[in-house]
Amino acid sequence: MSSQRYAKDGAALRARNVWKSYDHGAITVLRGVDLEVQAGQTTALCGASGCGKSTLLHLLGGLDTCDRGTIEINGAEVQREADRLRLLRHEIGFVFQLHNLIPDLTLAENCLIPTVASGMDRRAAHARLAELAHRTGLGGRLNHRIQKLSGGERQRTALCRALMNKPRILLADEPTGSLDERTSAMVFDLLLEMAASEGVTLLMATHDRALAARCDRLVEMHDGTIHEFASVR
Amino acid sequence: MIFLKLIVTNLRRHAVRSLLSMAGIAFSVAAMLTVVTILQGAVRMFSGILSSNSQMIVFERDVSDLFFSSVPNAAVRRIAAMPMVAHADPVLFGIVSSASHPIITCFGVTPEDSRLRDATWIAGNRGDFTATSDGVVLGQRAAEFLNAKMGETVPIGHSSFHVIGILKTPNGFEDGGVFMPLAAAQEFFHKNGASSVITVKLRSKDDIPAFKKLVQSTDPDLIALKNQEFSRTYSQFKILKATAWAVGGCGLLLGGMGVANTMIMSVFTRIREIAILRANGFSHLQVGGIVLGESAIVSGIGAAVGLLVGASLLLILKNIAALDGYIDATMHPLVLLAVVALALLTGVAGALYPAFYAMRIRAVEALRFE
Repeated sequence: MSSQRYAKDGAALRARNVWKSYDHGAITVLRGVDLEVQAGQTTALCGASGCGKSTLLHLLGGLDTCDRGTIEINGAEVQREADRLRLLRHEIGFVFQLHNLIPDLTLAENCLIPTVASGMDRRAAHARLAELAHRTGLGGRLNHRIQKLSGGERQRTALCRALMNKPRILLADEPTGSLDERTSAMVFDLLLEMAASEGVTLLMATHDRALAARCDRLVEMHDGTIHEFASVR
Repeated sequence: MIFLKLIVTNLRRHAVRSLLSMAGIAFSVAAMLTVVTILQGAVRMFSGILSSNSQMIVFERDVSDLFFSSVPNAAVRRIAAMPMVAHADPVLFGIVSSASHPIITCFGVTPEDSRLRDATWIAGNRGDFTATSDGVVLGQRAAEFLNAKMGETVPIGHSSFHVIGILKTPNGFEDGGVFMPLAAAQEFFHKNGASSVITVKLRSKDDIPAFKKLVQSTDPDLIALKNQEFSRTYSQFKILKATAWAVGGCGLLLGGMGVANTMIMSVFTRIREIAILRANGFSHLQVGGIVLGESAIVSGIGAAVGLLVGASLLLILKNIAALDGYIDATMHPLVLLAVVALALLTGVAGALYPAFYAMRIRAVEALRFE
């Protein structure tokens, strides 16, 4: 995989005829998905539960491999384990529905995990953490354990962690799915704000049509295929 | 720092399980250290008896145990007369029992024997050693446990002997032994005209090869070995050392299995956590490193505690009155190093499968794991 930042045509993410099944082919989740996301764009991926949104995000993020088809990130095809590792360390940040933080560690320690993997200089990592914590309103909670944080704070922590290595792409899988309406709106505002200020490409799976409508683009998934693209803006 | 925290966090999360694993390694290390040190000390003491003021030992070829070796008096005379021999001391070993002590080592020696010459005589003197046919000299410890004083009669084996001297030697076996005139010992042990070994001092170390050849030509039934050669090759010593390491090894194996069990449980209980690390860019090796690091800490602390417990045990054994002089608790640095290295190796080996399992965890599946 090359180290170029974007494809020549400006596509940050591209899936071509991607197929994925589980249980030795018994359950086919993705059926020839074609999707392209332009750099800097915010895209909402909508669809019913089980339609393949999370699977597609996992494939695009290098957490899983497709059975058929190709995935390109910033113009380079992702083929080998080393490519996937490089993606996770430098190119892509993940925010999950469940925050997926390690409960025994503090907020700061959780956020620093990606920098251990990427080998970021310790001083630079702490500076980046201070900056992100300040911008997400978590500056005063750095040494708090995860159990002491509210749901919204946990999801903001997960956002901080996803952005620690300055990725160019942010993948969010139902990032507000486990939050109440008010907190959900707050976290979503922050997500869009951070994506804009960091200049990252955002692809977000969501059920929430109102939130999806605030993205640049909406992609509808149904039964493992992309059914329609709707340009919101 | 975070990497270390990830390792330590899991140890603290399951503190009791971690402590039990450490205890398993600690007891294994303590057992190995104690058994190996005691047996190596015993070997050293026995070697010390044989190498007392001598360079060579001559005994019957192909015997499995020196107590069964038979060196004829004629051979003793021939060897003593060899030009390169400074002195040759025949020694007859025997074991008897008394009412209070099941094992008492007897040494049948000549009055000129270096063991008698170099010892500190607390009572009596070497000149009287062969003055009577029923006279024996006791080591200081033997005199204590036989409750015998100078001039008294003591029952040893099936006979009674007259105590004509008490001496002190630094060697535990000798200090707890009974010295008899060679002729009396030969009669007592029904080995007339024979000794167990001859300890030989040569006029020059350069004469060793010539001496060996000469012994082989004059007495082909005997073999002459340098003291170090003997210690290295004597089958009884080899069996003792092998037994010590095998017993200790079994202990460590059990400890290692404990670590393996702990680490497998540890990996199973943190599958989701490992998936989170993988989703945040941790490589297979980094994940494996966390598991191996955890086991290395368990083994390291276990080994350190084991060394302390083992050293304390040896100290306690050394200070038990009944064992005084029989326990050489000197811990050889190489033994310490070997025990610690084996403990760490066992711990890490025990964590190999769990680490391999952890490395194979697929983030996408594990993130769904509850």
